[in-house]
Amino acid sequence: MDIVVLVKVVPNIERVRFDMEKGTVDRSSAESEINPFDLNALEAALQIKEKFGGKITALSMGPQSAEGVYRDVFARGAERAVLLSDRRFAGADTLATSCTLSEAIRKLEHFDLVLCGEKTTDGDTGQVGNEVAEFLGIPSLYYVSMLGIDNGNIYATVELDGEKLVYKVDTPALLSVTKDANVPRLPTLREKLEARKKSVEIWDAEKLGGNTERFGAKGSPTRVAKTVVPKEEGRKGSIYRDVKEGIDALLSVLEA
Amino acid sequence: MSVLVFAEMKGKEIHPVAFELLGKGEEISKELSIKLEAVVFGGDESTAQELIDYGAENVYLYEGEQESCKECLSSLATEIKPEIMLFGATKFGRALAPRIAASLNAGLTADCIDLRVEEKEFIQIRPAFTGNILAHIKTRSTPKLTTVRYRVMKPAEKRKREGRIIKKESSVDIKKSFPLVKREKIESIDIQNADIIVSGGRGLNSKEDFKMLEKLASLLGGVVGSSRPLVDDGWISKDHQVGFSGNTVKPRLYIAIGISGSSQHLAGMRNSEMIIAVNSDPSAPIFRYADYGIVGDLYEVVPKLIEGLEQKVS
Ligand SMILES: Cc1cc2nc3c(=O)[nH]c(=O)nc-3n(C[C@H](O)[C@H](O)[C@H](O)COP(=O)(O)OP(=O)(O)OC[C@H]3O[C@@H](n4cnc5c(N)ncnc54)[C@H](O)[C@@H]3O)c2cc1C
Ligand SMILES: Nc1ncnc2c1ncn2[C@@H]1O[C@H](COP(=O)(O)O)[C@@H](O)[C@H]1O
Repeated sequence: MDIVVLVKVVPNIERVRFDMEKGTVDRSSAESEINPFDLNALEAALQIKEKFGGKITALSMGPQSAEGVYRDVFARGAERAVLLSDRRFAGADTLATSCTLSEAIRKLEHFDLVLCGEKTTDGDTGQVGNEVAEFLGIPSLYYVSMLGIDNGNIYATVELDGEKLVYKVDTPALLSVTKDANVPRLPTLREKLEARKKSVEIWDAEKLGGNTERFGAKGSPTRVAKTVVPKEEGRKGSIYRDVKEGIDALLSVLEA
Repeated sequence: MSVLVFAEMKGKEIHPVAFELLGKGEEISKELSIKLEAVVFGGDESTAQELIDYGAENVYLYEGEQESCKECLSSLATEIKPEIMLFGATKFGRALAPRIAASLNAGLTADCIDLRVEEKEFIQIRPAFTGNILAHIKTRSTPKLTTVRYRVMKPAEKRKREGRIIKKESSVDIKKSFPLVKREKIESIDIQNADIIVSGGRGLNSKEDFKMLEKLASLLGGVVGSSRPLVDDGWISKDHQVGFSGNTVKPRLYIAIGISGSSQHLAGMRNSEMIIAVNSDPSAPIFRYADYGIVGDLYEVVPKLIEGLEQKVS
């Protein structure tokens, strides 16, 4: 079973700082890491590989400065990592990102499954997976909260509002897993050391056929016109340090 | 040219987010001087009439399964060329819209909390970076696709209206789906629709202490919520989780007990109508978002609140 895992490198969301004046993110304020939701996709790939054999390829689009983070991808069990990096890929929205990723997947010799995370902590759209599936013309399942393997078949459980659906997965397919699908294991020291020997393949626009109209900002129908910092309006902000006084105040509010 | 609302069905009922989309859609379509239309899969003429009564001028009614609506929706869009397509940001809508967008090579904006027209241009507003920033997004493709968060917009007004029902044939594309081997209802609390939520965080010492919060919640007629660490530790099931990787809620009252107010938690509840916080640390960020707060030990405050409320009841 050859598996492509889509991983994005993002700033650590718990540490990153915001420029409240400008409404932008100061990416230098936090170290980069693999999007935490994608670690669940990588773990799912590993569990499938353990049962079926095959190869895991991590695929990512982003700046080359992220190369270091790929050590982690190797340490966690990927045989191969491909980084799509080119100035012409910059400024991509989800459509251009998905188009670029799917072109790259077509360039791989063979794949059975594409796995991705539920969403990225920086883009936070949860759109890229299904857009990739559509571009590749393969079926997909989103919000997969459990993957089971039985008798050589893969079963995916999808949880929608108030309902649980179990599908038998035929390949090729794209599956987007949630954080509930598994607990990503930590790489061992030996795996980390081994990972140092491997290197990331960098692919540019030419490698993808050079249809640059569809990549990056040019291929992106949406754009951010501006960003604003939301005001916390109308909060009363009555904070009581005296517990008794606070309780009396709350009780009269709660009564209303 | 129109604003086309995808009316999601939940069993035999229209998902209420559709009425909110029609409410906003009416506003947008008027400003752009275009029609407001809706499309629905499954359901019957009375379903279509209901959408008309909520403001749709035309309703495209497909029989057949909503699960396999993707191909039909793409070809409908190619046929009628809507300017804007609105989907509810439910799990179903958020999984469907990207496939439609990619098939039409169109721009899609996720999880919007407001839509407006400025100088004849359609603007989509969505939270970015766990709600610390609001991004205003413009789309240059036609159509422009948007998923819209549930319970943030006002539903359209329902009254007897006239409209056209256009029946359509479904074409099912079998190769695009997998065999379904099991389907079951799951017990889950409907936290997104709760009016009052009492949430606990890492300030709680043990799993059993959720009982105390349940007591408080039941006295207030609400449900119990949780921050993520307690869900990860298995103290409470994940349908209770509020925040970036859990549920987004907007209750009338949100009580945060022993929750620090990380931006990932705030992302799920900062738009609650009233926020009350109980935390022993006066510098906890949650207090900056609270209408009322008590700086104190939750093991002192919560029992006293319960006692006070019980006295009021009797
Ligand atoms: C990708 C990602 C997604 C995430 N998604 C979510 C999400 O959906 N929801 C979510 O909640 N978090 C989420 N998190 C985690 C988030 O970053 C925080 O770690 C988490 O919200 C903290 O939970 P907490 O406030 O309960 O715990 P803490 O931050 O540890 O706060 C506990 C609070 O309790 C107070 N306290 C302690 N004892 C008492 C007492 N006796 N009486 C009163 N107060 C007391 C303390 O002063 C403290 O402020 C996510 C993180 C990441 C990286
Ligand atoms: N630039 C990228 N490179 C690789 N994978 C990505 C990229 N952007 C998004 N993805 C994948 O698509 C999923 C959904 O991302 P998003 O739509 O940005 O929320 C992520 O969890 C990743 O698996």
